Amino acid sequence: MPEKVITADKLTKRFGDFTAVDQISFEVEKGEIFGFLGANGAGKTTAMRMLCGLSMPTSGAATVAGFDVYRDNEKIKRNIGYMSQKFSLYDDLTVKENMQFYGGIYGKSDAFIKNKTAYILDELHLEKEAHVLVRSLPLGWKQKLAFSVAVFHEPGIVFLDEPTGGVDPVTRREFWNMIYQASDSGITVFVTTHYMDEAEYCNRVSIMVDGRIEALDTPGALKQQHEARSMDEVFLKLARKAKRGEG
Amino acid sequence: MRTLKFLLQKEFRQIFRDPAILRMILIMPVIQLMVLPWAADYEVKNIKLSVVDNDRSEYSRKLIHKITSSGYFSLAGYSNSYSSALADVDQDRTDLILQIPPHFEKDLVRENKAVLYLALNAINGVKANLGGAYLNSIIRDYNREVRAEWIQFPRFSAETQINITSSNWYNPGMNYKYFMVPGILVILLTMVGANLAALNIIKEKEIGTIEQINVTPVKKYHFILGKLIPFWILGLVVLTLGLTISRLVYGIIPAGSFTTIYVFAALYLLAVLGLGLLLSTFASSQQQAMLISFFIMMIFILLGGLYTSIDSMPAWAQVITKFNPVSYFIDVMRMVVLKGSSLADIRGHLLAMAGFAVFFNGWAVISYRKRS
Amino acid sequence: MKQFLSFVKKEFFHIWRDKSTLLILLGMPVVQIVIFGFALTNEVKNSRIAVLDPSKDASSLAITAELDASRYFDLEKNLVNFAQVEEEFRRGKIKLAVIFPAHFADDLQHFNKATVQLIADASDPNVANTLTNYATAIITDYQARITGNKQLPYTIQTEMRMLYNPQMKGAFNFVPGLMAMVLLLVCTMMTAITIVKEKEMGTMEVMLVSPMRPQMVVLAKAVPYLFISSINIATILLLSVYALEVPINGSLFLVVAESILFTLVSLSLGLLISSSAGTQQTAMFISLIGLFMPTLMLSGFMFPIENMPLPLRVISNIVPAKWYYLVVRSVMIKGVGLQEIWKETLVLFGMLVFFLTLAIRKFKIRLA
Repeated sequence: MPEKVITADKLTKRFGDFTAVDQISFEVEKGEIFGFLGANGAGKTTAMRMLCGLSMPTSGAATVAGFDVYRDNEKIKRNIGYMSQKFSLYDDLTVKENMQFYGGIYGKSDAFIKNKTAYILDELHLEKEAHVLVRSLPLGWKQKLAFSVAVFHEPGIVFLDEPTGGVDPVTRREFWNMIYQASDSGITVFVTTHYMDEAEYCNRVSIMVDGRIEALDTPGALKQQHEARSMDEVFLKLARKAKRGEG
Repeated sequence: MRTLKFLLQKEFRQIFRDPAILRMILIMPVIQLMVLPWAADYEVKNIKLSVVDNDRSEYSRKLIHKITSSGYFSLAGYSNSYSSALADVDQDRTDLILQIPPHFEKDLVRENKAVLYLALNAINGVKANLGGAYLNSIIRDYNREVRAEWIQFPRFSAETQINITSSNWYNPGMNYKYFMVPGILVILLTMVGANLAALNIIKEKEIGTIEQINVTPVKKYHFILGKLIPFWILGLVVLTLGLTISRLVYGIIPAGSFTTIYVFAALYLLAVLGLGLLLSTFASSQQQAMLISFFIMMIFILLGGLYTSIDSMPAWAQVITKFNPVSYFIDVMRMVVLKGSSLADIRGHLLAMAGFAVFFNGWAVISYRKRS
Repeated sequence: MKQFLSFVKKEFFHIWRDKSTLLILLGMPVVQIVIFGFALTNEVKNSRIAVLDPSKDASSLAITAELDASRYFDLEKNLVNFAQVEEEFRRGKIKLAVIFPAHFADDLQHFNKATVQLIADASDPNVANTLTNYATAIITDYQARITGNKQLPYTIQTEMRMLYNPQMKGAFNFVPGLMAMVLLLVCTMMTAITIVKEKEMGTMEVMLVSPMRPQMVVLAKAVPYLFISSINIATILLLSVYALEVPINGSLFLVVAESILFTLVSLSLGLLISSSAGTQQTAMFISLIGLFMPTLMLSGFMFPIENMPLPLRVISNIVPAKWYYLVVRSVMIKGVGLQEIWKETLVLFGMLVFFLTLAIRKFKIRLA
């Protein structure tokens, strides 16, 4: 029986009379790459923010890394990494300074920070750019760097909110290789996206429509259920039911 | 503690990385402090005077001479009629009209009584009041001289006389700069401190980096302290620069001790920065923060007791000044710099400021939410 | 032109969406004019004084009572020894100390002469001066009364007329100054910040690739603020007339027209700042911290410009608020017409042209 690192049970978030997330329930296993799909405005980001302790749920229950999202949100934060939709590194700090900073506020030792920084710079082939301001890096590099910083402190779970938005196909490929690597090393990856080809890379995907989870299974099974050739088709079939604004 | 170290390191790096803003933080107050105090002079002098002399007698000429040689008035010119002098007031060519009626000398000598007419531009009430008072006292003097010419001296010696001696303590030279320079320094310090702290946090909100901090286990008070300490130090640097300029440019040496000033300033900066932090938790954009800050600064500065006396304000406005940290610091500066007040003398102010600091920062920590 | 209008419309939407900012923009001037219009006065009154009176006789008590009864003074404390004078001053409790000698009334009766000592806290020289004058006048009055109303020969009487402001209200002087401050700072800050924000966020580039001329894009951002300022001008004028009872003696149309001209100057100054500032923080620094104090101190409504040393009198000429203050004061309170203020108007107009040309040229260079 694999360990469940994220559980959600009828998790709900309302803003006034608008229900952004409507009673979603699911479980994520350790080491899994869990894709969270949905159109813009379907409620993906809100759901993720509740799990990360950034947003207070209205009702329902959820645990992350064994901690309750209502009571222990600060304990959750010790065990997760997060990469937000907005680019979240300080662009007036250098590559190295950003890593040092985030490592530091997660309470890592100087030796750890030093070794890990060297390792990541080597992995990303950024040794020469170590002392360059993040501002002046190309977008693709920034995104890869942001991911590295999100897992810098070696969390058990990492949440990625549309990490590849606006990035070219080659970089996206490289980015997913980094996700696989993290997953191989035992990190659970929870990723939202609206690129359907990326959904194929996930172990399991859930598809959100109008705040509810309409489907949840492996990409293969979903295609079979909906008699579709690609995830794209699956998504279009489900998304057509959407009633909210832009779809 | 270790977390705080990293937060501080990051803030300082960001501050020093933007030399343009750093230069402005340091240079703008310095320049303003060197220039603006020279403008602050309430002393009424060089009042422009127009004379309508319908008498053209020896007495009227003597009077005009006495007035113009007093140093308070400068003769803007003679007018033929009151109405043409009035037109000069309309165009700001003159402030005060002295009208000497025909037969002034004759009336004074024969009827024992003559009347002079004064008209003053009273838009600025103080200037008009003081100008009128100066002119009246010159005329009284003149009157006494005239009387002395006609009447034998001993006749009035039996008159009861209260002698009034007056002295001006703490600033016998009546140097306005002793009062203005520390006051302006306080205001500049307030604007720099409150605004920088506020805008800094809102910038992180706008860019989105604050969310990245919020998913880390960083404690709220660590984050707030990380923002507070760098600007607190910067504020003390600005204060030191300002005090140096007061010494070098204006020759102001506090009668009290620098320790007293710094102890109070340290507390004051905490309060002001706390206000900035509080502002940042409420404002959603830098634009909004600036508007609110402008509003607050206007109240702080104009009701701070530097430009107009707090005692003269209506009761409700005096209540507002009790909640105005600027008025406390200006008061303290005046007390320490000119009167040599000690920490014990300003204990009430210190207590109030500590109250402000705890209130603003406490509120800021409470209303800063890592989770919405 | 149609494109321009659609850009302006977009800017209006931005402002309309952000209701709380809009509320502050429209509400703030109202609150400011009311607070300051009533609270600010150059007059010195209700100053706290202390009396050291070892004689406590009819004369000294009478003088003390008269001082306390006047609107200028409030008796805070009766002191018992001279050391207390220093103590009260140092704790900032009093502004003036009045010291009678022992046997004050006796001296007056037997020697026809007695001395009262006034000690003022001159850390604020203006207040010290004024208070000494007031106290002297009250004591002199008392003396005149005990001497009896003998008519002295050869007396010159003076009749004083206070022009424009017979009640000597502070608002007459401060309202035009406050109008200048509020209009200038709000307009300059808002335009500078909105444009720099678009630069920072990168949305500016999106607009610049549109077929609109870049200068037009920037101008379109200023239009809504002109509109908001017009509302503010109206509310400020209504408040000053009906709440503060400051008259508009000249033409209302002229006041409004000059205010709009001044608003345009402020907006173009904002554009100029935005063209040279890279971040909102810099824009804020220049437009708030850089403009606030110089406008307050050099525009002439706090401190008379003619008293300033020559270099500052020269510098005051580049402060736009100075010219506007002169214009509003002349038209509203003195009631003069355009023929008296055409020079000031021309200066404002020149500033408008200068700022605008410079701003547009700077934008062009940047984009080329």
